[in-house]
Amino acid sequence: MADDNTIDKTSQESDIPNNHSDARRTFIKQSSLLTALALAPASVVKAAEGKIDEKVADKFENVPVTLEINGVRKKLSIDPRTTTLDLLREQLGLTGTKKGCDYGQCGACTVLMDGERINSCLTFAVMLNGKKITTIEGLATGGELHPMQAAFVKHDGFQCGYCTPGQIMSAVACIREGHANTDDEIREYMSGNICRCGAYPNIVNAIKDVKNSGQKI
Amino acid sequence: MTKERMTQVKMGDPLSRVESLLKVTGGAKYAAEYNLPNEAIGVLATSTIARGRIKNIDTREAERAPGVVAVVTHENAPEIPGYSASVDNEGSRVYGQEFRLFFDGTIYHNYQPIALVIADTFARADQAATLLKVTYEEESHDTDVRNSLDKAFKPERHDDYSRGEAGAYKSAPVKIEQEYQTPIQVHNPMEPHVTTAVWEGDNKVTVYNKTQATKISQKEIAKSFELDEENVRAYSPFVGGAFGSSSRVWPQEMAAIMGAKVTGRPVQVVLKRNQVFNMVGYRPRSVQKFSIGATTDGTLTGITHDAYGSTSQYEQFTERLLDPTKTMYSCPNLDSRYKLVRLDMSTPCWTRGPGETSGSFALESAMDELAYALNMDPLALRLKNYAEKDPENDKPWSSNYLMECYEQGAERFGWSKRNPEPRSMREGDWLIGMGMASGIYKAARDRAVVRAKLSPDGSLLVQSAVADTGPGSATIFTQIAADVMGTAIENTRFEWGDSTLPYAPGQFGSHTTASVGSAVYEVCTALKQRLQQLATGTASAAMQQAGPDELVFENGTMGLKDRSASLSYGEILKQQNLPQLEVIKESEGGPLLDEYSSKSFCANFVEVRVHAATGEVRINKVVSAVDAGKIMNYKTAESQVYGSVVWGIGIALMEEGKIDHRFGRHVNNDLEKYHVPISADVPEVDVILINKPDPVVDPMGAKGIGEIPLIGFTAAVANAVYHATGKRIRELPITPAKLV
Repeated sequence: MADDNTIDKTSQESDIPNNHSDARRTFIKQSSLLTALALAPASVVKAAEGKIDEKVADKFENVPVTLEINGVRKKLSIDPRTTTLDLLREQLGLTGTKKGCDYGQCGACTVLMDGERINSCLTFAVMLNGKKITTIEGLATGGELHPMQAAFVKHDGFQCGYCTPGQIMSAVACIREGHANTDDEIREYMSGNICRCGAYPNIVNAIKDVKNSGQKI
Repeated sequence: MTKERMTQVKMGDPLSRVESLLKVTGGAKYAAEYNLPNEAIGVLATSTIARGRIKNIDTREAERAPGVVAVVTHENAPEIPGYSASVDNEGSRVYGQEFRLFFDGTIYHNYQPIALVIADTFARADQAATLLKVTYEEESHDTDVRNSLDKAFKPERHDDYSRGEAGAYKSAPVKIEQEYQTPIQVHNPMEPHVTTAVWEGDNKVTVYNKTQATKISQKEIAKSFELDEENVRAYSPFVGGAFGSSSRVWPQEMAAIMGAKVTGRPVQVVLKRNQVFNMVGYRPRSVQKFSIGATTDGTLTGITHDAYGSTSQYEQFTERLLDPTKTMYSCPNLDSRYKLVRLDMSTPCWTRGPGETSGSFALESAMDELAYALNMDPLALRLKNYAEKDPENDKPWSSNYLMECYEQGAERFGWSKRNPEPRSMREGDWLIGMGMASGIYKAARDRAVVRAKLSPDGSLLVQSAVADTGPGSATIFTQIAADVMGTAIENTRFEWGDSTLPYAPGQFGSHTTASVGSAVYEVCTALKQRLQQLATGTASAAMQQAGPDELVFENGTMGLKDRSASLSYGEILKQQNLPQLEVIKESEGGPLLDEYSSKSFCANFVEVRVHAATGEVRINKVVSAVDAGKIMNYKTAESQVYGSVVWGIGIALMEEGKIDHRFGRHVNNDLEKYHVPISADVPEVDVILINKPDPVVDPMGAKGIGEIPLIGFTAAVANAVYHATGKRIRELPITPAKLV
């Protein structure tokens, strides 16, 4: 907001909201700024006047969230609009989880939340407080591939590899849920994960192999 | 050099992919995943009309939004020198004026990018993009091929083909005259189109790019920005699927490069799923009038094929709709025409089996109709009209095992158990149908250059700019190198996906193995000759005299066949004090290629179940028998066939890009409403690989396999649906509404 550095002007702007989300955002910014200014040391107030109110606003509109990702506890400050998927990819550098559609339609972003599979693109990061997230990067242990990862390699359960992390996370959950008893059941319960390369027959074989091996997953 | 695991591999072995571990652990980095220092995110805003001009674009609010770094539109975009150059129809891959991003206010199609909003995070850029206020001068548009068939024109880069007498089918005792249609289909790779661009100074740019062709990216970007080619680096080791849709430079590439220029920061631009439907190519709708005639014994006497495709207002995109018709069967008389309709849409793009996939739907459906009209088995009709040589040019086939495909496919499928009567097979509520179709696809080879470097520790590095978007090319090239050189797979490394490496053609057209694989083969052969020349010392005299047949190269060692002398590659390099032995080889096949017609072939057999009450079609069983020459890797080859079969199921039963022609705008442009096959749609697929080497195309004997199993597949499904229901569907996809 280069030409817009006073609280007064911000409040004028909020009278002409462009849309719902923008109005809400302006409100959050305004209210957190006011709270902030009431509590803030003089240096911050000075900073706000010095055309860097934006940074202060950022600070106060973000939401603190504590969660566990791949076994590591993290305290984060999160823009409430951020999806879990964007948090992983942009903020935490965990790019193994993929964005295929951003609308929960393809499954490429599948991760485990407290052991259950979710579409991370449909889950706001601020909803993760106290949750345990497992991504593809957290599946292997002690330098050993998870049995499902090894089975995907063995059965060629991928081609381009982009849907693969989501397929593998979903496949692990599919077995844990008890939904891998027949080929048809595997197909049905893996149908939330699109593979445009068409590796489905190999993915079914990989899951069957892990399931039949009786390995603990 | 470690002695722990030394595995010797041969071409054909079912080796797991060399990049497997990276792909299953999340370690493979795709173009959006480099998280470069100070990287900004660009979101494209797109037009909401199909034709007209931007009257005004108010960016002020977007520019003021939190985190926004810049907003680029046609009013402030940096000048792209190539955009002002005259149209280069000699050098361009598509005839016409390429789309010019942010060039002026003209709108050629809906979802045309009109602004790039760049911010520090995706959420902020995405939010700010909604704050743009755009007004248009709208003009009337046309997005429906059917409206304008009368205005169709012959494309500049197409010659109509005919042989014998035109319209000969008309005088045949048995004939079929029908119209077949295929809708828009969209590649929809799982990774949306993406580029991250970084400038170093004013004349050097790196693009982390989703592309099937790093060298095309490099060349086209250099041309547009008037840069030296060596100052443009396209880096694309991992590409999340493409299927033809990343075979040319698109708006997201230009936008990222412009955005990075304007902001002085690395800029990443990822298309949203709804933007990939009408910006980065699609398979155009086809309307095909197809007529075929035969004598009463089933001998084809004439074919007439009139095909219509569509293109944009600024380019002429052509595809090979007529190719299967020209070459599949022996038929003395054939006349064919191909015309385009200009629409207010973005330019279509090559899509897996580009042309052949749609064209073969008409050809192979009509063959089935003809078989019923003749009261003849559909497979028998095809056997009857088998082409002993290429009917298009009378050249002999370089290899053709279509007969084996028919025989083995029919046997495995149980074709003989089929009751030919339509609607005669039933299980409860489900009508059972069996259909088949043939396929043919060019087996081409192009120029490629490969570099090989041998180190004193015996390790081999082989390099090419080629992309690997999923077919498994990198694995196959590692395998060829290890096999030819006799180096253990653990000692053999292939580097790819980087335009700084030696020239490779795009990974498309099913010609990558034949092109780049040949260069790998030949560079390794040349490397062995160098080793023979270099070997010195008492042990080597005999080896230097030895003819090629007397020497063996295995386990990293050159030796005489009788084992009386041998030297490891490392020892030879050390003798000469060479820190490395490097050989570069250019390869493009010899004149023999022109003397033959080279094609891959297939026969697909499909069993469907159609619900009698609801018209729901389920694919029950697929047998796909493929002649793709020597199989280079059984594991990845089968996967390629699965890929084509899954695509075939999608195109046959569900895929259709729907446009509301009142607005010229897609209405199902997401993965919920544009249906692609999911796991539950795909049965067990039985793949038969004939695996007989082609003696002409390349030294390995391989022909392309990435597209051939898709050719004819949709007709095999439609033919099975006819057999199940007695209802002939001539317009894809075969949705329940068309059956009830």
